[in-house]
Amino acid sequence: MSLQFVVDGLLTGSMIGLGAIGVTLTYSILRFSNFAHGDFMAWGTYATLAVVSAIGATFGKVAPIAPLSFGWPLIVALVVGMAFTALLALLLDKVLFARLRSQGQAIIVVMASFGASMALRSLLEFTFTSRPTYFSRAIQIAMPVGFGIRITPDQIALLLLTAVLVLGVHLLMTRTQTGRSMQALSQNAALARIVGIDVASVVRVTWVIGGALACVAGVMIGILVQIRPFMGFDMLLPMFAAAILGGIGSIPGAVLGGLIIGLAEAGAVQLIGAEWRAAVSFIILMAVLFVRPIGLFGVRER
Amino acid sequence: MSEIVLDVRDLEAGYEPGVPIVRGASITVKKGEIVVVLGPNGAGKSSFIKAIAGLVPITGGSVFLDGKDITAAPAHTMVRLGLAFVPQTENIFPLMSVEDNLKVACGILERREIPARIEEMYAAFPDLVRQRRTAAGNLSGGQRQMLAVARALIVHPKVLVLDEPSAGLSPKFVSTVFEMLAGIRKSGVTILLVEQNAKAALAIGDRAYVLVEGKDRHEGIAAELWNDPVVAELYLGQRPLGAEKTGHAGKGGTA
Amino acid sequence: MDLLGYGAFFLTTALIFSLVTLGLNLQWGLTGLFNVGLAGFVAIGAYTSALLTTPDDAARLGGFGLPILVGWLGAMVVGGIAAALTGMATLRLRSDYLAITTFGVAVVVQLVALNAQKLTGGPFGIGFIPRPFGGLAETPLLFNLSNLAVVSVVTLVAYLALEHLSRSPWGRVLKALREDERAAISLGKSARFYRVQAFAVGGAIMALAGALQAHFTGFIAPDNYLPILTFQVWVMLIVGGSGSNLGAVIGSILVWAIWAGSGTLTSILFPPEQQARAAALQIAAIGVMLCVILLIRPNGLFGDRPRRPRFSKRAKIAAGESSSGS
Repeated sequence: MSLQFVVDGLLTGSMIGLGAIGVTLTYSILRFSNFAHGDFMAWGTYATLAVVSAIGATFGKVAPIAPLSFGWPLIVALVVGMAFTALLALLLDKVLFARLRSQGQAIIVVMASFGASMALRSLLEFTFTSRPTYFSRAIQIAMPVGFGIRITPDQIALLLLTAVLVLGVHLLMTRTQTGRSMQALSQNAALARIVGIDVASVVRVTWVIGGALACVAGVMIGILVQIRPFMGFDMLLPMFAAAILGGIGSIPGAVLGGLIIGLAEAGAVQLIGAEWRAAVSFIILMAVLFVRPIGLFGVRER
Repeated sequence: MSEIVLDVRDLEAGYEPGVPIVRGASITVKKGEIVVVLGPNGAGKSSFIKAIAGLVPITGGSVFLDGKDITAAPAHTMVRLGLAFVPQTENIFPLMSVEDNLKVACGILERREIPARIEEMYAAFPDLVRQRRTAAGNLSGGQRQMLAVARALIVHPKVLVLDEPSAGLSPKFVSTVFEMLAGIRKSGVTILLVEQNAKAALAIGDRAYVLVEGKDRHEGIAAELWNDPVVAELYLGQRPLGAEKTGHAGKGGTA
Repeated sequence: MDLLGYGAFFLTTALIFSLVTLGLNLQWGLTGLFNVGLAGFVAIGAYTSALLTTPDDAARLGGFGLPILVGWLGAMVVGGIAAALTGMATLRLRSDYLAITTFGVAVVVQLVALNAQKLTGGPFGIGFIPRPFGGLAETPLLFNLSNLAVVSVVTLVAYLALEHLSRSPWGRVLKALREDERAAISLGKSARFYRVQAFAVGGAIMALAGALQAHFTGFIAPDNYLPILTFQVWVMLIVGGSGSNLGAVIGSILVWAIWAGSGTLTSILFPPEQQARAAALQIAAIGVMLCVILLIRPNGLFGDRPRRPRFSKRAKIAAGESSSGS
């Protein structure tokens, strides 16, 4: 068995992990599983693509940055896309989730997110059709790095970006007042209000972080694989499985869970075949639910 | 006469419209006092104090803090207004360290002020210092109560409001907690507390109110209330047969 | 005559949908169990019955050429077992876990249908599924009407059985558990067992509906069981009002009418090359509709599920007390 699956697995795992951060935050702070999270990914990716095209139309062709397949337009577009996705998440919360939350039935919110997911995805399909598209059609040469492993410059850059983002979110959660407020809210919402935390503003931060990271994960998929309206929906099961495997509410857990599932998927692709990839997360999910439903870093719910 | 810090007038509150649990209760708390609210089980004591803290919807009456109307203020603005509340149970964040429990409450303080303020709390509650990195969920019952009180005091509240601070503690810790409260009052903080443990609470309290069926039924000097047969009877909930529902001492008996 | 034939065809499909919705109503409306992978259970039923009843095929396992009724029974058994297993894995946890797991079941069933060629025929699916009254296929009207009769009878039986169940002590326990999820989890094994039973029976009904559909069209493929099916049935239940079996049936017919009608409309209004996009717009519109209904009328048209069940009861009691007391 070639060790190439390690690189593939880490890359897939990064995408899953970045998405799972949003899922785990939404679950622990807003107390519902957001089935529309995958569609945030897809919307963010298409928004980024639209900005890249707009930049291309304004400034003409821009040369890519040395070994990478993309230039500054994609970087700028990614930042715009992240902001757009965060706004989309905030908007959806305002018109839909927040209103249902105030009625107090958590599972109704889950159902609404399922409906919203359908609507969002179909709108993408309506606007951009279901044909796959790409950020760049250039083919990168993968460099051998020993042990039979090859990696492209894009892949290295994206792995580094993931590491930086994860570290950043982790520091935000543990070292800042905002992060402590988020932890507090997830542990005891009533007490959080008593100690002076404005729940509404913490909820906004949660959506902004989740949305922005979903966009990054989507753009990674766009760069390394392809862009399709279903790209996010197909990531939903791996993201949920990663969040549960890592322990709901734990950022390091979500990322580690994502990496484990990514590696397992890549291994399965090599051993059994790509067509069974999606079953891997389900098997891991079931195993976690039977053996240790609180996950790796989870704590028992009160 | 010293100034009134907390003034609650004819408060009506409850979780569901049309079903008030608190039905017209009035109390006042003066600067530097410890005021105790007593009452039989189900008298609405806890709801009363939670309503003041903004946690139970208020449907009538008003709450003034330092002359300012805070009746409609949302719970999360209370610390900024000067009212710090310590709930009866689940009053710490169990998965956060002791230090983070203190830090998370410092949202309204100046950033520069926070480290010094935390050290002041450690000085006042030396038991917590050794545990500063421990997850709060691993503390003993008494230490949790200390952490909860320290967390409330850290923001310099005008009034500290506690819901049954002795509930669920072993007798040894009960006296520790009440000594702690007496000490806090000496440092100049005004305290309002609800208690089941009438004897211990009246021992440190200046004045007390007895709440029955959501209304204040009796008020008096703490030391005198303890010896009042009517209060004992009300408090124990053993009403003599044939006694009128509203027949007891009535509002403002001794004040 | 053509119209009558189409009417029969339309109603047959709508009634098969209402059977799925009845199964979902038992799971969600009565018991409060959230199933977002019901397409998977419908598919399990369809494939099981197809395998059991189709003539022998060298390219895949089976078929076994068994009678149609055996196929239906087999569908219910396998669907019920699959649902029971899903329930056992998740029902001691918060409801979200069940939602995620059922979602996963649908993904995996879809994967098996697509890739396990030896079992399911892969992307091309299974054909030559025996149809009840297949001999009447020469005269479409008679064929459609007789199928409608069969499906109507099955739906009616399921409806009456479910009505009976929900009024029985068993149904009352389920309703009680629905009201308080925490209690239902903490009550331990016996309560959980009730919920697993409800989930299994619901899954069996969905599987039966899948089998009915398979034998009605005579051909099945993985495409029939995409997440959109789950979504359609949820909209049907929500429109009809969760908790009411009658609402489930009426909601299904109504939503299927809207769905089929808007489908026909888009096929008339849009040129062929735009059809796929128009279909996407149709789904988006229905998704928005689901959210709007949840926001403004969460009980649906016939729902018995009060928004805050605790509230009205306690309010009445307390109001009665205070008025007699003063």
